[in-house]
Amino acid sequence: MDTDQLIRTLAADNTHRARPVGFALMLALLAAAPVSLLMFFTELGVRPDVMVAMRNPFFDLKFAVTLALAIAAIAVSLHLSRPEASLRGFGWLLLAPVGILSAAIGGEMMMPQRLPMMTRLVGKNWWTCLTAIPLMSLPLLAGALIGLRHGAPARPAVAGAIAGLLSAGLAATLYASHCTDDSPLFVAAWYTIATALVTAIGALAGAKLLRY
Amino acid sequence: MRERDDEWTGLMRSAIAGDSAAYHRLLKAVTPVLRAAARRGLARAGQPVDQSEDIVQDILLAVHLKRHTWDVTAPFAPWLFAIARNKLIDALRRRGRRIFVDIDDFAETLPGEAPAETASASEVAAQLQTLPARQRDVLQSIAVDSASIKDTAAKFSMTEGAVRVALHRGLASLTAKLREL
Repeated sequence: MDTDQLIRTLAADNTHRARPVGFALMLALLAAAPVSLLMFFTELGVRPDVMVAMRNPFFDLKFAVTLALAIAAIAVSLHLSRPEASLRGFGWLLLAPVGILSAAIGGEMMMPQRLPMMTRLVGKNWWTCLTAIPLMSLPLLAGALIGLRHGAPARPAVAGAIAGLLSAGLAATLYASHCTDDSPLFVAAWYTIATALVTAIGALAGAKLLRY
Repeated sequence: MRERDDEWTGLMRSAIAGDSAAYHRLLKAVTPVLRAAARRGLARAGQPVDQSEDIVQDILLAVHLKRHTWDVTAPFAPWLFAIARNKLIDALRRRGRRIFVDIDDFAETLPGEAPAETASASEVAAQLQTLPARQRDVLQSIAVDSASIKDTAAKFSMTEGAVRVALHRGLASLTAKLREL
Protein backbone atom coordinates (compact mmCIF):
# COMPACT_ATOMS: atom_id res chain seq x y z
CA MET A 1 0.00 0.00 0.00
CA ASP A 2 1.56 3.32 -0.90
CA THR A 3 1.17 6.34 1.30
CA ASP A 4 -1.39 8.10 -0.88
CA GLN A 5 -3.59 5.04 -0.66
CA LEU A 6 -3.18 4.93 3.10
CA ILE A 7 -4.09 8.61 3.37
CA ARG A 8 -7.22 8.03 1.29
CA THR A 9 -8.18 5.18 3.62
CA LEU A 10 -7.62 7.25 6.75
CA ALA A 11 -9.71 10.10 5.31
CA ALA A 12 -12.51 7.62 4.61
CA ASP A 13 -12.44 6.67 8.31
CA ASN A 14 -12.69 10.31 9.44
CA THR A 15 -16.33 9.81 10.44
CA HIS A 16 -15.22 7.51 13.26
CA ARG A 17 -15.19 9.39 16.54
CA ALA A 18 -13.22 8.05 19.47
CA ARG A 19 -14.38 8.81 23.01
CA PRO A 20 -12.22 11.18 25.06
CA VAL A 21 -9.63 9.45 27.25
CA GLY A 22 -11.35 10.73 30.41
CA PHE A 23 -14.54 8.97 29.44
CA ALA A 24 -12.73 5.70 28.70
CA LEU A 25 -10.86 5.95 32.00
CA MET A 26 -14.07 6.58 33.95
CA LEU A 27 -15.85 3.61 32.33
CA ALA A 28 -12.92 1.28 32.96
CA LEU A 29 -12.62 2.35 36.61
CA LEU A 30 -16.36 1.92 37.14
CA ALA A 31 -16.11 -1.57 35.70
CA ALA A 32 -13.16 -2.45 37.96
CA ALA A 33 -14.49 -0.88 41.17
CA PRO A 34 -17.00 -3.66 42.03
CA VAL A 35 -14.15 -6.20 42.10
CA SER A 36 -12.17 -4.14 44.62
CA LEU A 37 -15.32 -3.41 46.63
CA LEU A 38 -16.13 -7.11 46.76
CA MET A 39 -12.61 -7.87 48.01
CA PHE A 40 -12.99 -5.16 50.63
CA PHE A 41 -16.40 -6.21 51.97
CA THR A 42 -15.68 -9.96 51.99
CA GLU A 43 -12.20 -9.77 53.55
CA LEU A 44 -12.06 -6.54 55.56
CA GLY A 45 -15.22 -4.46 55.94
CA VAL A 46 -15.65 -1.08 57.62
CA ARG A 47 -14.36 -0.96 61.20
CA PRO A 48 -17.16 -1.49 63.73
CA ASP A 49 -16.54 1.73 65.66
CA VAL A 50 -16.70 3.91 62.56
CA MET A 51 -19.29 6.31 64.02
CA VAL A 52 -16.99 7.10 66.94
CA ALA A 53 -13.89 7.16 64.74
CA MET A 54 -15.41 9.84 62.51
CA ARG A 55 -15.16 12.27 65.40
CA ASN A 56 -11.40 11.80 65.39
CA PRO A 57 -9.87 14.29 62.92
CA PHE A 58 -6.94 11.94 62.26
CA PHE A 59 -9.36 9.28 61.01
CA ASP A 60 -10.88 11.81 58.60
CA LEU A 61 -7.44 13.03 57.52
CA LYS A 62 -6.62 9.56 56.17
CA PHE A 63 -9.35 10.06 53.58
CA ALA A 64 -8.15 13.56 52.77
CA VAL A 65 -4.71 12.10 51.99
CA THR A 66 -5.87 9.09 49.96
CA LEU A 67 -8.52 11.01 48.01
CA ALA A 68 -6.10 13.85 47.29
CA LEU A 69 -3.71 11.24 45.90
CA ALA A 70 -6.40 9.60 43.76
CA ILE A 71 -7.79 12.87 42.39
CA ALA A 72 -4.37 14.37 41.68
CA ALA A 73 -3.28 11.16 39.94
CA ILE A 74 -6.44 11.11 37.80
CA ALA A 75 -5.78 14.70 36.70
CA VAL A 76 -2.11 14.01 35.96
CA SER A 77 -2.83 10.77 34.09
CA LEU A 78 -5.37 12.52 31.85
CA HIS A 79 -2.86 15.28 31.17
CA LEU A 80 -0.13 12.74 30.35
CA SER A 81 -2.41 10.91 27.91
CA ARG A 82 -1.60 13.60 25.34
CA PRO A 83 1.51 12.90 23.27
CA GLU A 84 3.08 16.33 23.69
CA ALA A 85 2.50 16.54 27.45
CA SER A 86 5.10 16.09 30.17
CA LEU A 87 4.99 16.12 33.98
CA ARG A 88 6.26 19.69 33.97
CA GLY A 89 3.61 22.08 35.28
CA PHE A 90 1.36 19.22 36.40
CA GLY A 91 3.55 17.02 38.58
CA TRP A 92 3.23 19.38 41.55
CA LEU A 93 -0.40 18.25 41.90
CA LEU A 94 0.97 14.99 43.26
CA LEU A 95 2.46 16.93 46.17
CA ALA A 96 -1.04 17.69 47.51
CA PRO A 97 -1.38 14.41 49.46
CA VAL A 98 2.21 14.79 50.72
CA GLY A 99 1.38 18.28 51.98
CA ILE A 100 -1.78 17.17 53.76
CA LEU A 101 0.06 14.27 55.36
CA SER A 102 2.96 16.47 56.53
CA ALA A 103 0.50 18.92 58.05
CA ALA A 104 -1.27 16.05 59.81
CA ILE A 105 2.01 14.73 61.24
CA GLY A 106 2.85 18.23 62.46
CA GLY A 107 -0.59 18.53 64.03
CA GLU A 108 -0.28 15.22 65.82
CA MET A 109 3.18 16.14 67.15
CA MET A 110 1.74 19.19 68.85
CA MET A 111 -0.96 17.27 70.67
CA PRO A 112 -0.52 15.21 73.83
CA GLN A 113 -0.45 11.49 72.98
CA ARG A 114 -1.29 8.42 75.00
CA LEU A 115 0.99 6.17 72.95
CA PRO A 116 4.70 6.60 72.22
CA MET A 117 5.72 7.58 68.70
CA MET A 118 7.10 4.19 67.70
CA THR A 119 3.89 2.45 68.76
CA ARG A 120 1.82 4.82 66.65
CA LEU A 121 4.17 4.40 63.70
CA VAL A 122 4.21 0.59 63.73
CA GLY A 123 0.55 0.28 64.65
CA LYS A 124 -1.37 -2.98 64.78
CA ASN A 125 -2.34 -3.48 61.17
CA TRP A 126 0.80 -2.82 59.19
CA TRP A 127 0.86 -6.22 57.53
CA THR A 128 -2.83 -6.00 56.54
CA CYS A 129 -2.13 -2.52 55.18
CA LEU A 130 0.83 -3.73 53.11
CA THR A 131 -1.15 -6.58 51.56
CA ALA A 132 -4.71 -5.22 51.35
CA ILE A 133 -3.90 -1.94 49.58
CA PRO A 134 -1.86 -3.55 46.76
CA LEU A 135 -4.36 -6.41 46.32
CA MET A 136 -7.39 -4.12 46.16
CA SER A 137 -5.42 -1.85 43.81
CA LEU A 138 -4.82 -4.50 41.18
CA PRO A 139 -8.33 -4.56 39.62
CA LEU A 140 -8.38 -0.76 39.63
CA LEU A 141 -4.90 -0.61 38.11
CA ALA A 142 -5.98 -2.97 35.34
CA GLY A 143 -9.01 -0.75 34.72
CA ALA A 144 -6.94 2.42 34.73
CA LEU A 145 -4.45 0.97 32.24
CA ILE A 146 -7.24 -0.21 29.93
CA GLY A 147 -8.81 3.24 30.03
CA LEU A 148 -5.50 5.02 29.50
CA ARG A 149 -4.72 2.89 26.46
CA HIS A 150 -7.05 5.27 24.63
CA GLY A 151 -4.47 7.96 25.17
CA ALA A 152 -1.03 8.46 23.64
CA PRO A 153 1.45 9.07 26.47
CA ALA A 154 4.96 10.14 25.50
CA ARG A 155 6.43 8.07 28.33
CA PRO A 156 4.38 4.92 28.91
CA ALA A 157 6.24 3.88 32.06
CA VAL A 158 5.60 7.25 33.72
CA ALA A 159 1.93 7.14 32.70
CA GLY A 160 1.74 3.61 34.11
CA ALA A 161 3.29 4.74 37.39
CA ILE A 162 0.66 7.48 37.70
CA ALA A 163 -2.02 4.87 37.01
CA GLY A 164 -0.49 2.95 39.93
CA LEU A 165 -0.75 6.01 42.20
CA LEU A 166 -4.34 6.49 41.09
CA SER A 167 -5.41 2.93 41.87
CA ALA A 168 -3.44 2.86 45.15
CA GLY A 169 -5.17 6.10 46.18
CA LEU A 170 -8.60 4.60 45.56
CA ALA A 171 -7.76 1.29 47.23
CA ALA A 172 -6.23 3.09 50.22
CA THR A 173 -9.45 5.10 50.59
CA LEU A 174 -11.34 1.82 51.04
CA TYR A 175 -8.68 0.42 53.35
CA ALA A 176 -8.66 3.55 55.52
CA SER A 177 -12.26 2.88 56.57
CA HIS A 178 -11.23 -0.57 57.85
CA CYS A 179 -7.97 0.26 59.58
CA THR A 180 -7.94 1.28 63.25
CA ASP A 181 -4.49 2.85 62.99
CA ASP A 182 -5.28 6.52 62.50
CA SER A 183 -1.91 8.08 63.27
CA PRO A 184 -0.52 10.09 60.33
CA LEU A 185 2.81 8.42 61.14
CA PHE A 186 1.29 5.03 60.34
CA VAL A 187 -0.16 6.40 57.11
CA ALA A 188 3.15 7.98 56.14
CA ALA A 189 5.00 4.71 56.66
CA TRP A 190 2.78 1.85 55.54
CA TYR A 191 0.38 3.45 53.08
CA THR A 192 3.42 4.92 51.36
CA ILE A 193 5.20 1.56 51.04
CA ALA A 194 2.01 -0.06 49.71
CA THR A 195 1.52 2.79 47.25
CA ALA A 196 5.13 2.60 46.08
CA LEU A 197 4.70 -1.09 45.35
CA VAL A 198 1.58 -0.48 43.24
CA THR A 199 3.33 2.42 41.49
CA ALA A 200 6.22 0.15 40.53
CA ILE A 201 3.81 -2.47 39.17
CA GLY A 202 2.02 0.28 37.25
CA ALA A 203 5.28 1.53 35.73
CA LEU A 204 6.27 -1.96 34.57
CA ALA A 205 2.84 -2.72 33.14
CA GLY A 206 2.50 0.73 31.61
CA ALA A 207 5.82 0.42 29.79
CA LYS A 208 4.31 -2.52 27.92
CA LEU A 209 0.64 -1.62 27.70
CA LEU A 210 0.58 2.13 27.19
CA ARG A 211 2.77 2.29 24.08
CA TYR A 212 0.78 3.49 21.12
CA MET B 1 6.51 28.23 9.27
CA ARG B 2 3.92 30.10 11.33
CA GLU B 3 1.52 30.24 8.39
CA ARG B 4 2.01 26.56 7.72
CA ASP B 5 1.21 25.69 11.35
CA ASP B 6 -1.89 27.85 11.36
CA GLU B 7 -3.08 26.25 8.16
CA TRP B 8 -2.59 22.76 9.63
CA THR B 9 -4.42 23.72 12.80
CA GLY B 10 -7.33 25.08 10.77
CA LEU B 11 -7.51 21.96 8.61
CA MET B 12 -7.44 19.69 11.65
CA ARG B 13 -10.24 21.65 13.31
CA SER B 14 -12.35 21.22 10.18
CA ALA B 15 -11.44 17.54 10.08
CA ILE B 16 -12.53 17.01 13.69
CA ALA B 17 -15.77 18.82 12.86
CA GLY B 18 -16.39 16.17 10.20
CA ASP B 19 -14.81 17.59 7.02
CA SER B 20 -13.09 14.57 5.45
CA ALA B 21 -11.76 16.59 2.51
CA ALA B 22 -9.93 18.91 4.92
CA TYR B 23 -8.57 15.86 6.70
CA HIS B 24 -7.32 14.42 3.41
CA ARG B 25 -5.60 17.73 2.56
CA LEU B 26 -4.01 17.91 5.98
CA LEU B 27 -2.56 14.40 5.78
CA LYS B 28 -1.23 15.14 2.29
CA ALA B 29 0.32 18.36 3.55
CA VAL B 30 2.10 16.87 6.56
CA THR B 31 3.40 13.77 4.78
CA PRO B 32 6.40 15.39 2.96
CA VAL B 33 7.50 17.00 6.22
CA LEU B 34 7.25 13.69 8.07
CA ARG B 35 9.09 11.91 5.26
CA ALA B 36 11.98 14.38 5.28
CA ALA B 37 12.31 14.06 9.06
CA ALA B 38 12.15 10.25 8.93
CA ARG B 39 14.92 10.22 6.30
CA ARG B 40 17.09 12.48 8.35
CA GLY B 41 16.55 10.36 11.44
CA LEU B 42 17.44 7.18 9.57
CA ALA B 43 20.47 8.77 7.94
CA ARG B 44 21.79 9.99 11.26
CA ALA B 45 21.33 6.51 12.74
CA GLY B 46 23.27 5.03 9.83
CA GLN B 47 20.20 3.20 8.55
CA PRO B 48 19.10 2.99 4.91
CA VAL B 49 16.77 5.90 4.19
CA ASP B 50 14.57 3.79 1.92
CA GLN B 51 12.79 2.55 5.05
CA SER B 52 11.46 6.01 5.71
CA GLU B 53 8.08 5.28 4.14
CA ASP B 54 7.31 2.58 6.70
CA ILE B 55 7.91 5.15 9.44
CA VAL B 56 5.76 7.74 7.65
CA GLN B 57 2.85 5.30 7.43
CA ASP B 58 3.31 4.30 11.06
CA ILE B 59 3.11 7.98 12.07
CA LEU B 60 0.03 8.59 9.91
CA LEU B 61 -1.79 5.63 11.46
CA ALA B 62 -0.97 6.85 14.97
CA VAL B 63 -2.08 10.39 14.12
CA HIS B 64 -5.34 8.97 12.84
CA LEU B 65 -6.10 6.68 15.77
CA LYS B 66 -5.01 9.16 18.46
CA ARG B 67 -6.45 12.37 17.03
CA HIS B 68 -8.98 12.54 19.88
CA THR B 69 -6.03 13.35 22.18
CA TRP B 70 -5.43 16.58 20.28
CA ASP B 71 -6.86 19.62 22.05
CA VAL B 72 -8.74 21.60 19.39
CA THR B 73 -7.78 24.86 21.09
CA ALA B 74 -4.05 24.07 20.84
CA PRO B 75 -1.79 24.36 17.76
CA PHE B 76 -1.59 21.15 15.75
CA ALA B 77 2.13 21.02 14.87
CA PRO B 78 3.53 20.32 18.38
CA TRP B 79 1.07 17.47 18.83
CA LEU B 80 1.93 16.04 15.41
CA PHE B 81 5.67 16.27 15.97
CA ALA B 82 5.37 14.65 19.40
CA ILE B 83 3.71 11.63 17.80
CA ALA B 84 6.18 11.62 14.93
CA ARG B 85 9.16 11.77 17.27
CA ASN B 86 7.77 8.94 19.36
CA LYS B 87 7.23 6.75 16.29
CA LEU B 88 10.63 7.56 14.83
CA ILE B 89 12.39 6.66 18.09
CA ASP B 90 10.38 3.42 18.20
CA ALA B 91 11.32 2.57 14.64
CA LEU B 92 15.02 3.22 15.20
CA ARG B 93 14.97 1.27 18.44
CA ARG B 94 13.34 -1.65 16.67
CA ARG B 95 16.20 -1.53 14.20
CA GLY B 96 18.57 -2.01 17.06
CA ARG B 97 19.83 1.40 18.02
CA ARG B 98 19.10 3.77 20.78
CA ILE B 99 18.91 7.16 19.21
CA PHE B 100 17.94 10.59 20.38
CA VAL B 101 15.71 12.34 17.95
CA ASP B 102 15.82 16.08 17.96
CA ILE B 103 12.47 17.83 17.81
CA ASP B 104 14.17 20.31 15.50
CA ASP B 105 14.30 17.51 12.96
CA PHE B 106 10.65 18.28 12.44
CA ALA B 107 10.32 21.91 13.30
CA GLU B 108 13.09 23.13 11.01
CA THR B 109 12.02 21.30 7.91
CA LEU B 110 11.98 23.64 4.95
CA PRO B 111 9.24 23.02 2.42
CA GLY B 112 11.74 22.85 -0.47
CA GLU B 113 13.79 19.98 0.87
CA ALA B 114 10.91 17.56 1.17
CA PRO B 115 11.12 14.86 -1.47
CA ALA B 116 7.80 14.67 -3.25
CA GLU B 117 7.70 11.10 -4.47
CA THR B 118 5.98 8.31 -2.63
CA ALA B 119 8.54 5.68 -1.80
CA SER B 120 7.57 2.08 -1.35
CA ALA B 121 6.58 0.78 2.05
CA SER B 122 6.27 -2.86 2.90
CA GLU B 123 5.24 -3.20 6.55
CA VAL B 124 1.64 -2.01 6.29
CA ALA B 125 1.12 -4.02 3.11
CA ALA B 126 2.52 -7.15 4.75
CA GLN B 127 0.41 -6.77 7.90
CA LEU B 128 -2.67 -6.16 5.74
CA GLN B 129 -2.43 -9.76 4.61
CA THR B 130 -2.76 -11.02 8.19
CA LEU B 131 -6.08 -9.24 8.85
CA PRO B 132 -9.42 -11.08 8.86
CA ALA B 133 -10.76 -11.41 5.30
CA ARG B 134 -13.62 -8.95 5.73
CA GLN B 135 -11.41 -6.16 7.10
CA ARG B 136 -8.77 -6.80 4.46
CA ASP B 137 -11.29 -6.72 1.61
CA VAL B 138 -12.77 -3.45 2.83
CA LEU B 139 -9.37 -1.82 3.34
CA GLN B 140 -8.15 -2.94 -0.06
CA SER B 141 -11.30 -1.79 -1.79
CA ILE B 142 -10.98 1.70 -0.33
CA ALA B 143 -7.17 2.00 -0.48
CA VAL B 144 -6.21 0.23 -3.68
CA ASP B 145 -9.38 0.42 -5.77
CA SER B 146 -10.24 3.94 -4.50
CA ALA B 147 -13.82 2.83 -3.95
CA SER B 148 -16.08 4.93 -1.73
CA ILE B 149 -17.70 3.53 1.41
CA LYS B 150 -20.95 3.28 -0.55
CA ASP B 151 -19.41 1.39 -3.50
CA THR B 152 -17.56 -0.90 -1.13
CA ALA B 153 -20.79 -1.67 0.70
CA ALA B 154 -22.50 -2.54 -2.59
CA LYS B 155 -19.57 -4.67 -3.78
CA PHE B 156 -19.52 -6.88 -0.67
CA SER B 157 -23.29 -6.75 0.01
CA MET B 158 -22.68 -5.05 3.36
CA THR B 159 -24.38 -2.08 4.96
CA GLU B 160 -22.41 1.17 4.93
CA GLY B 161 -22.28 1.01 8.72
CA ALA B 162 -20.69 -2.44 8.58
CA VAL B 163 -18.12 -1.17 6.06
CA ARG B 164 -17.26 1.73 8.39
CA VAL B 165 -16.85 -0.63 11.34
CA ALA B 166 -14.66 -3.05 9.34
CA LEU B 167 -12.59 -0.14 8.04
CA HIS B 168 -11.95 1.28 11.49
CA ARG B 169 -11.27 -2.10 13.10
CA GLY B 170 -8.92 -2.95 10.24
CA LEU B 171 -6.92 0.24 10.73
CA ALA B 172 -6.81 -0.28 14.50
CA SER B 173 -5.57 -3.87 14.25
CA LEU B 174 -3.04 -2.94 11.54
CA THR B 175 -1.60 -0.41 13.97
CA ALA B 176 -1.58 -2.94 16.82
CA LYS B 177 0.28 -5.45 14.62
CA LEU B 178 2.86 -2.85 13.58
CA ARG B 179 3.47 -2.08 17.25
CA GLU B 180 4.23 -5.74 17.96
CA LEU B 181 6.83 -6.01 15.18
